[in-house]
Amino acid sequence: MTDTPLPPDAPIAVKDPSRLSLALQSDFIYQFKRSPVAVVSFALVALLVLSAILAPLIAPHNPFDPGSLNLMNGFSAPMTPNAFTGETFWLGTDDQGRDVFSTILYGMRISLFVGAAAVAFAMVLGITLGLLAGYVGGWTETIIMRVADVQLTFPAILVAMLIFGVAKGITPVEYRDQMAIWVLIIAIGLSDWVQFARVVRGATLVEKNKDYVAAARLIGRTGPAIMLRHILPNVLSPVLVIATISLALAIIAEATLSFLGVGAPPTQPSLGTLIRIGQGFLFSGEWWILLFPAMTLLALALSVNLLGDWLRDALNPRLR
Amino acid sequence: MLAYIIQRVGQSALVLLVVGLVAFSMFRFVGDPIDNMLGQERTQADIERLRDVLGLDQPFVVQYYKFLSGAVQGNFGVSYRQGRAVSEILVERAPATLELAAVSGFLAISIGIGLGVFTAIRRNGVAANLIMSVSLIGVSLPTFLIGILLIYLFSVELGWLPSFGRGETVRIGGWSTGFLTQSGLRALILPSITLGLYQMTLIMRLVRSEMLEVLRQDYIRFARARGLRERAVNFRHALKNTLVPVITVTGLQLGSIIAFAIITETVFQWPGVGLLFINAIQFVDIPVMAAYLMLISVMFVGINLIVDLLYFAIDPRLRADRTAGH
Repeated sequence: MTDTPLPPDAPIAVKDPSRLSLALQSDFIYQFKRSPVAVVSFALVALLVLSAILAPLIAPHNPFDPGSLNLMNGFSAPMTPNAFTGETFWLGTDDQGRDVFSTILYGMRISLFVGAAAVAFAMVLGITLGLLAGYVGGWTETIIMRVADVQLTFPAILVAMLIFGVAKGITPVEYRDQMAIWVLIIAIGLSDWVQFARVVRGATLVEKNKDYVAAARLIGRTGPAIMLRHILPNVLSPVLVIATISLALAIIAEATLSFLGVGAPPTQPSLGTLIRIGQGFLFSGEWWILLFPAMTLLALALSVNLLGDWLRDALNPRLR
Repeated sequence: MLAYIIQRVGQSALVLLVVGLVAFSMFRFVGDPIDNMLGQERTQADIERLRDVLGLDQPFVVQYYKFLSGAVQGNFGVSYRQGRAVSEILVERAPATLELAAVSGFLAISIGIGLGVFTAIRRNGVAANLIMSVSLIGVSLPTFLIGILLIYLFSVELGWLPSFGRGETVRIGGWSTGFLTQSGLRALILPSITLGLYQMTLIMRLVRSEMLEVLRQDYIRFARARGLRERAVNFRHALKNTLVPVITVTGLQLGSIIAFAIITETVFQWPGVGLLFINAIQFVDIPVMAAYLMLISVMFVGINLIVDLLYFAIDPRLRADRTAGH
């Protein structure tokens, strides 16, 4: 601490703790610090997300700038030098001489963006429909939950594939590659909203009979205001858990679709696309083109998954 | 009970009707069928004739009805890409997928239940803990990575097993089978493990947790006290009582095996229906996509219905509840 005296009118921090310091002393943070799995997986997720966001700064090359590529560098093994500049290719290069480390960083950007956007889309849709179903009830509820039941009969990845296929059919040929990422987000999002809707509906059914909702209704608040301002904040913690686990699933779904060739286009390769490309070189011995993107995908999916599992246990007081 | 069955069958029929509507809308509104079927050199007369043949000038409901009645009779139109009847292509591809799914399902159920019982009985043993940890990794690995890993190990490095295709097949009537030749059987090994692994771990974990639950019950203790052999207690008394949830989940997983066959078939270039579907999406071959959607829905809805009814038949408590409730 510094010795400089406080100005006379300074607020006394001890009596009125800031929101941040309250949050830091919370039970949640305490639980987090005590669990090595949570700390390690959180650190890994943070590292991966940060390096994806900062890809243009970290990556030694821009894999999408044809000027920086040289075919003479193609198929360099990991840790071999660039034939022209002498820089080291840490993770080797692919057939076109693209630095694998750089393509992974840029690919992870796309994987994470698609995953996060798809989950956000699914979350907004699921929360809205779940709140409506739980709060309004009646026919609205019946229709929403029946649709959810039917969709749950089919595996999410199949639903996503179908939506992707139909959307591809609707978009004109010249826009297909540009639209692919957005179509992918919508397809994965639409295949995943049911989980959110079911949980939010269940929680809303419990919350709506509590006194505070009755009080809000008494002072004349309208339905949407009660749903969004009063009920929603109280049903958010299970939503957070599902969102984290959904993120891992969405990243894997995106990778699977891209791997199958019905996802991110070769012009915007995600980790799945990179694995698809790398598989072609498995037999000729260039293992690094496949291995490193695969490991990155695995690390990403596994760490997000473990974090989600921990969140589920930490936010569920019954399990303690 | 009859009312319940009728209700469930009615629900299933409704779902299929809706799926049929989706498939029909894809067929009708995604791209122009006339554009897709006629080449660049077409006359107005050609267009009119095809419009008439396809019945595109008729009201929507009539067209939907025709589409459905065609689909029920196995007529899904002509593939845009291959220029052949979709039903013909499907019949040709179906054996590959069904054989793969059957072997994977068998592996998943037999090994899954076996390992589940083992890990439950020896729940503190080293081997059981090892199996549990490995299964955790198995659940987190995406299917396609498992496939690639197996190909790398057994085809590239060891050179023991083929990495793609079905090997030699023998035709029996309209069915081409890989079961009768050595290369066909060898080709089945890696894809069926890839496809069945996830379901296997799922069944194993389920059987384990159910077994642990049951083994704690009083009647197991009494069975032991009566001096029954360990094996009789474990299998005849304990395993039998875990089967209700296991059958439900396993039944539902059979549908997933067919769906996830898409991924496995792509990794191993297995000439089945799943690979056909992926190619159809890549080339926007709408009739094939619509037909696949219809087929897989019939399968899923059918499996769900059967599982529900089975559940009902197996567990007498449910029956009592239903009849008392209604």
